[in-house]
Amino acid sequence: MGMWFFLFTEILFFGGMFLLYSIYRYKYALDFHSGAAEENIILGTINTCILLTSSFTIALSIGAIKKGLKNLSLRLQFATILMGLAFLVIKYFEWTAKINLGIYPDSPVLLKLSKGEILFFGLYYVMTGLHGLHVLVGVVVISFMFYFTRSGTINRDDNARLENTGLYWHFVDIVWIYLYPLFYLIT
Amino acid sequence: MISEGTGDTGAGFYERTKKYRWVIAEWMMSTDHKRIGVMYLMALLSFFSVGVVLGFTIRLSLLAPGLLVGQQTYNELFTLHGVIQIFLFIIPGIPVAFGNIFLPILIGAKDVAFPRINRLSWWLYVTGAILVLTSILMKGGPPDTGWTFYAPYSIRTPANISTAVMGVFVLGFSSILTGLNFVTTIHRMRAPGMGWFRMPAFPWTLYATGWVQMLATPVLAITLLFIFLGRVFGVGFFDPTKGGDPILYEHLFWMYSHPAVYIMVLPAMGIISEIVPVFARRSLFGYVAVCMSALGIAIVGYAVWGHHMFTSGMSDTARVIFSFVSFLVAVPSGVKIFNWVSTLYKGSIETDAPLLFALSFIFLFSIGGLTGLIIGALATNLHLHGTYFIVGHFHYVMFGGAGFSILAALHYWFPKITGRMYDERFAKLGWLNLFIGFNILYFSMFVLGFQGMPRRYFDYPSQYHTGHVISTMGSWFLAIGLVIIFANLIRSIFKGVKAPMNPWGGKTLEWTIPSPLPRENFEEIPVITRGPYSYEEEAR
Repeated sequence: MGMWFFLFTEILFFGGMFLLYSIYRYKYALDFHSGAAEENIILGTINTCILLTSSFTIALSIGAIKKGLKNLSLRLQFATILMGLAFLVIKYFEWTAKINLGIYPDSPVLLKLSKGEILFFGLYYVMTGLHGLHVLVGVVVISFMFYFTRSGTINRDDNARLENTGLYWHFVDIVWIYLYPLFYLIT
Repeated sequence: MISEGTGDTGAGFYERTKKYRWVIAEWMMSTDHKRIGVMYLMALLSFFSVGVVLGFTIRLSLLAPGLLVGQQTYNELFTLHGVIQIFLFIIPGIPVAFGNIFLPILIGAKDVAFPRINRLSWWLYVTGAILVLTSILMKGGPPDTGWTFYAPYSIRTPANISTAVMGVFVLGFSSILTGLNFVTTIHRMRAPGMGWFRMPAFPWTLYATGWVQMLATPVLAITLLFIFLGRVFGVGFFDPTKGGDPILYEHLFWMYSHPAVYIMVLPAMGIISEIVPVFARRSLFGYVAVCMSALGIAIVGYAVWGHHMFTSGMSDTARVIFSFVSFLVAVPSGVKIFNWVSTLYKGSIETDAPLLFALSFIFLFSIGGLTGLIIGALATNLHLHGTYFIVGHFHYVMFGGAGFSILAALHYWFPKITGRMYDERFAKLGWLNLFIGFNILYFSMFVLGFQGMPRRYFDYPSQYHTGHVISTMGSWFLAIGLVIIFANLIRSIFKGVKAPMNPWGGKTLEWTIPSPLPRENFEEIPVITRGPYSYEEEAR
């Protein structure tokens, strides 16, 4: 119950950003359109696939531990961690590519663009950045769960912690499902 | 005075557990809700006194502008006064201190639902407070934006905003966790037989507050993060030169900060609803209505933030709607006021200090609430916006409301927390000074504001001088009152008479266990068979 409340507050946290996004997109629809054209849709799509699959594996790992299949659950958690890391690595390449083009907050190149595009890339960095931070936290938490499962404190009867972690991971996934179309697909 | 045995069990939850070598470590690492609550209480009262000293200095400076402090220092003073009193004292205020100590006991539980998260939120509170305080000392100087951190000034000022904002961000996180913890506790931990409508009014208001904390604080968090990102990375969401919109900051800020007003005042109303029945020896009149109106205030409170921004630039339609919804808040607040007064009607009233503070709450909060209607109306708001009228209004609501109820709760639960009685004569003397000083200090602000004195100004034309002198003199009485009150309480911790189990004749669960509170709260979890204030049943 506490976890659901926590995720609820997280939704509001991201809600503030989505609110800004919708207001500025309404104001500068064309600029957002041309801003999104600069995004690397291939990397974005790959990342979407990776994150969706990782959500699937963590769900399976919870199912596995409930049936007492410790090793299977461990392997699935490990796969989730790997996919979370892969997501972050791809994100890193995406960001560096953009920074090499000179597009980052307060950069001279960015400030020459139109106001809507400045806001678009500002939102892009902040929203994907905070989402990336959540992914990173998720990876760390799942690593702890991996450790707990291996040492046996998470087991068939006591798996609430893993289940809560799963909920959190699904939440991170859901946020990305919204970020993906809003930044990559609107052109 | 009703006494049912001494109830003395020695040191209660203060007794050392010997788990750690140092007393401080033992307390900081403790997950006991009572210990966490007491630590919060001490921290809050310390920050309160710092805030009072700052406010006192502001008043002194206004006596003869320029003599005591310079203009920049003045801006820093009122900013710090606001930040400390609001974010460090009154928003965490009642829930973290009295809520922590008494919520589990009032619903018959041994602890909150997540004791370790409770400790975490205490640590976060300390971290946030340290961050806010370091912002005063670090390079760049203390924040000078006012407690609202309005953009774009907060993005451009050389003062040290980033640290302060991060401090408030961390404090917000602590607040969210406390709210989450309390809501879960109330859902899951009630003693057998304690249905929702057998719960005392204070847990009810904490429940409403918990929801507001969870629903509103994340919005503040993200807003402050934008300010931080704006300053550190130059992300210009609120910077017009980069396409951003400063008014949007105001919207996001008040979307949190108006509900935050109810975080401050709802639990205060809960405390009053506990104290009034006990000292009138009658059950709370309209108990269900009082509890439901707490939820009503919490819900309506989300839809009124626009009334802080009537002059900021908004469509007329939006302003009319916000004004109308703001008036709606008066309905549940009025329900509470009338129910407290009806509780007193035909009661056998004992005017001990807690009741005096509670009655002052009702009186001062009514004035604060009614002046709220004046500035909630569009036409008068245009005249009064940004004047001392506003300052007077929110001090009546915050200090006269939440502040007085904290003092009421301090006296009411003092025997239960410390196991000693305070000195009644000094408490009443302190109250009298405080009450008189308060009204001189803040009522003159209504007059000043009505005449057109703008808030936050360092200097003023000579026509306002008399008003400022009267107001400042009020602050002296108020300060004397506070000194007497706290000196009396501190002295009583050491020299007070040992408190009986139930000094006031209270009917709620905390009075059925010894003073000071035993470590395990209840030897066995009580089974509840009656409502929270059953005075009439007994008389029959």
